[in-house]
Amino acid sequence: MSRALILLRRRVVGSIFVLMIVIIGTFLLLEAAPGDAVDAYVVATGGDAGMIELLRHRWGLDQSELTRLATYLWALLHLDLGQSVTFSRPIRDVIVERLPNTLLLMGSATALSFGLGSLLGIYAGARPGSARDRLLSIGSLALYAVPGFWFGLLLIVVFAVNLRWLPIGGIETLASDKTGLDRAADIATHLVLPVSALGFIYLALYLRMMRAGMAEAWRQDFVLATLARGLSRPRIVLAHVARNALLPLVTMLGLQSAQMLGGSVVVESVFSVPGLGRLAQEAVAARDTPLLLGIILVSAVLVIVINLLVDIAYALLDPRVGANEAGA
Amino acid sequence: MSGFTISRRKLLAGSAMLLASAAMPISGWTQTPKKGGRLVLAADSEPRNLNPAIVASNGVFFISSKIVETLAEASYEGKDGLAPRLALSWEGAADGLSVTFKLRVGVKWHDGQPFTSADVAFSALQIWKPLQNLGRTVFKDLAAVETPDSLTAVFKFAKPTPFQLIRNALPALSSVVPKHIYEIGKIEDNPANNAPIGTGPFKFGEYKPGQYYRLTKNNDYWGKDEPYLDEIIYQVLPDRTSAASALEAEEIQLAAFSAVPLADLDRISKVPGLKVISKGYEGLTYQLVVEINHRRKELADLKVRQAIAHAIDKDFVVKTVFLGYAATATGPVPKNDPQFYTADVPNYAFDVAKANALLDEAGYKKGPDGKRFTLRLLPAPYFNETKQFGDYLRQALAAIGIDAQLVNNDSAAHIKAVYTDHAFDLAVGPPVFRGDPAISTTILVQSGIPSGVPFSNQGGYKNDALDALIAKASETLDSAARTDLYKEFQKQVAADLPLINVAEWSFISVARETVGNIANNPRWAVSNWADTYLES
Repeated sequence: MSRALILLRRRVVGSIFVLMIVIIGTFLLLEAAPGDAVDAYVVATGGDAGMIELLRHRWGLDQSELTRLATYLWALLHLDLGQSVTFSRPIRDVIVERLPNTLLLMGSATALSFGLGSLLGIYAGARPGSARDRLLSIGSLALYAVPGFWFGLLLIVVFAVNLRWLPIGGIETLASDKTGLDRAADIATHLVLPVSALGFIYLALYLRMMRAGMAEAWRQDFVLATLARGLSRPRIVLAHVARNALLPLVTMLGLQSAQMLGGSVVVESVFSVPGLGRLAQEAVAARDTPLLLGIILVSAVLVIVINLLVDIAYALLDPRVGANEAGA
Repeated sequence: MSGFTISRRKLLAGSAMLLASAAMPISGWTQTPKKGGRLVLAADSEPRNLNPAIVASNGVFFISSKIVETLAEASYEGKDGLAPRLALSWEGAADGLSVTFKLRVGVKWHDGQPFTSADVAFSALQIWKPLQNLGRTVFKDLAAVETPDSLTAVFKFAKPTPFQLIRNALPALSSVVPKHIYEIGKIEDNPANNAPIGTGPFKFGEYKPGQYYRLTKNNDYWGKDEPYLDEIIYQVLPDRTSAASALEAEEIQLAAFSAVPLADLDRISKVPGLKVISKGYEGLTYQLVVEINHRRKELADLKVRQAIAHAIDKDFVVKTVFLGYAATATGPVPKNDPQFYTADVPNYAFDVAKANALLDEAGYKKGPDGKRFTLRLLPAPYFNETKQFGDYLRQALAAIGIDAQLVNNDSAAHIKAVYTDHAFDLAVGPPVFRGDPAISTTILVQSGIPSGVPFSNQGGYKNDALDALIAKASETLDSAARTDLYKEFQKQVAADLPLINVAEWSFISVARETVGNIANNPRWAVSNWADTYLES
C-alpha cells in the first residue's frame, strides 16, 4: 500500500505544475486566435460601433490580456471558474451539467473497447497465426481506420433511420418526464449508438495489443513449462499467457482516456449528446476563453486522476513497479 | 401523397408556379385545423439571449417569436405587406414627427398582467432605441412615446423620420416586452432574457442546454381558438446531417432554416410523408455579395471591378452552388422585394473576353505566367454556399488572370479580418435585406462608418454622390419619392460597383405532411405559429 501512497504524493505535486502549464498555454493559444467573443457574437446579430464597444466593456474584453489572465488565475485560486460569456451563467454550473454525460459516454465506450477488445484479443491470441486471428486482426484494423463521424453516421442510417430500433441522438427522450429506472433504461437506449461509435473504433487497439502480448508470451520458457506440466489448454491461455499480456493493456487504458475525450467531440456532435466535447467545440467557436479553460482544466484533472488510478492498479498488480521508490 | 411534395424540378419550372402557389396558400388543401399535439423541430443553435427586443436576429426570433410578439407581422395579403399583431393600426403624421399606434384590446402578459401602451413606450425607449442591434439605427431619433390612454401609443421623433421605414421595420424590430418585469434592475441582466415573458400564443416552458427548448400553450391567448398546438419542442441538433435523419426517422416533424442541406433535398423530397417548402422566407432574403477592399489600388479602378463582375457566371452560381434554390441578383435590393426593387440598372453579363479586355484597358496586362495580379479572397464561413462560392470565384478570377488566394477563417476570425483589420482584398459576405434599404443595406456602401462594425462598408469605399443620395432618402417622408430615391440608389450602386451582388437566396423548410399552415407569411419561420397545427 505504501508504494501506492508514494505514487499518489508524487503525482499530486507534479499535477499542479501540469495544470498551470495547461491553463496558461490554453489561454495564450486562444488569445492568439483572431477575433474575440464579441466578434463571434455579432456574427448572428450585427450591431453598430457603440453597441460593440458596450459589449466589449461588459464582457471585460477591453482589458489587457495579462490583466484577464491574472484575474482568471486569482479567481481560480478561490476555486471559482468564472462566468461564461456565451451562456451568461457560472461556468461551474455549465460544466457540472454536461460532465456526467461525457463520463457516461466515455466510461461505457472504454469498458466496451477494453472488455470486448481484450476478450477478442485472447480469442485471437490463443492461436496466433490461425485463420480466426487473421480475420479478427484485419476486421479490427478496418474499424480503427474508419473515421469516427462517418461510422457514427453509418450507425444512424442503419439502426435509427432504416431499422428504427434505436433513437437517432440525444441523451434521453425529450421532455418525457421519465424518472428512476425508466429514465435509466431510456438513457441506456440512447447511449447504444454513440458508445458503439466511440468504443468500436478503439477496440482494435486493445485487441491488437492483447494478441501481440500473447503471441510473445507463447514463446516464453514458462509457457513451455506449463505445457510440459500438462496443464489444460484453456488454463494455459487464461491464467498464464493472457494474464502476462494484460499489463500493457492497463497502461493503454490510462493513455486512451485522453484520446477518448478528443474522440467524444466528434461523436457528441454527430449524436447530439450534450457533453463536454461538444461544449469545448462551441467554446472555441464562440471564443469563450474562460469556458474553454474550465473545460480543459476539468478534462486535465480527469485524465490525471484516471492515470493515477491506472498507476495504482499497476503497482498493485505488478510487484516490480514502484519497488525502487519504496526502497529508497 | 406525392402530389404535395414539391420536387426541385417543379420549383425550377419557373416563378409562374410559385406565384400560383402564393395565391393559393398551402392551407387550401387542408381541412379545419386540429387542436392539440406536440410539434418537435430541429434547432441548430442556442442563442445566449432570448429577448427579441434586445437581439433582433433570426436565431432569436426562431424561438422567441412564439413567446414575445411584435406590433405587426409581415403578411402576403395585408396592406403594405403587414398584418396586425399587438397593434391594430398605425398612422404616420405628415410632418414625419410622429406615428400613432392603436393597440389590441384584452391582451394579457403570460403572468396575467394586462398589456398596455406603457409596455410599448417602455420597450421602445428603454430597449429598442438604446440596446437593440437594429433599433439603435432605425429609432435613433425617437424622442418620446406618449400614452394618452392605455391603448394608444404615439411615437414622437426629434427629426422627421419616414413612416415607410418605421412600417417596414415593424415585423423585426418591434418586439414588446413587459414593463413591470423589465423596470426592475438592469435590463441586460434580467432573468426574463433567458426565460422570456410575452403575450404570444406560447409560453416559455423550459430550456435544457444542449438538448431542447420547450414552449407550452398559452390558454389566455388573444387569438380566437389559437394556438392549436399544445407544445413546441426545439431539439438541439448541432450536426448538419442530423436534421435530415431525424425527419426520416420521424423523431422531428419540421426542419426550418435549411437545416437540411441543399444537397439532401432532392433525396428527401422523395421520402413519403415529407414535403419540401421553399416559401415563407421572402422577408428574410440573404444576398450573396462580393465585398471589395477599395484600398487596393487595382480594385479602386472601376474597370477592374467591372471586369470581376463580368467574370462571374451568376446563372452557374445559382445552378451549381445553390442547386437552383436562389435567384441571380442585379443590385443591392433583391428581386422579391415588392416595394423598392428595380431591374433598370446596369447589367454585367457573363463575358470573359470583355472582362479580359477591361483589365487590359485598365493597364493590368497579363504577365508571362498568365497572371495580372494576386488578391486575398476571404469567403465568409457562415454558410456552405458562401464557402462554395469562394471556391467558384477563385476559378472565375483565374480565368481572367487574377490570382485569388483563398483565406479560410472561422466566423469570429472572419469578422475580425474583414470588418476590423481590413485584411482582405475580396470577401464573400451574406448580408440580409430586411424589407427596407435603410435598415441594413445602405450601410454596406455608405462611407464614414467606424471600423469594427460588422456587415458594413469596411472596404474604404467613398462616393460623395451616393452618400448624398442615401442621406436624402433617409429624410424623405413621401413614400413614393423615397422609393424612387432607392431605385436611383440601386442604379448608382450597380454602376459604380462598391460591391458586387451575385445572388439572392432564402431558406427551405422540410416538414412532415401532417404539419399544417406552414409558410403562410413571408417571415413564417420567425412568426408566432398561433395557427400551426398537427393533423395527427
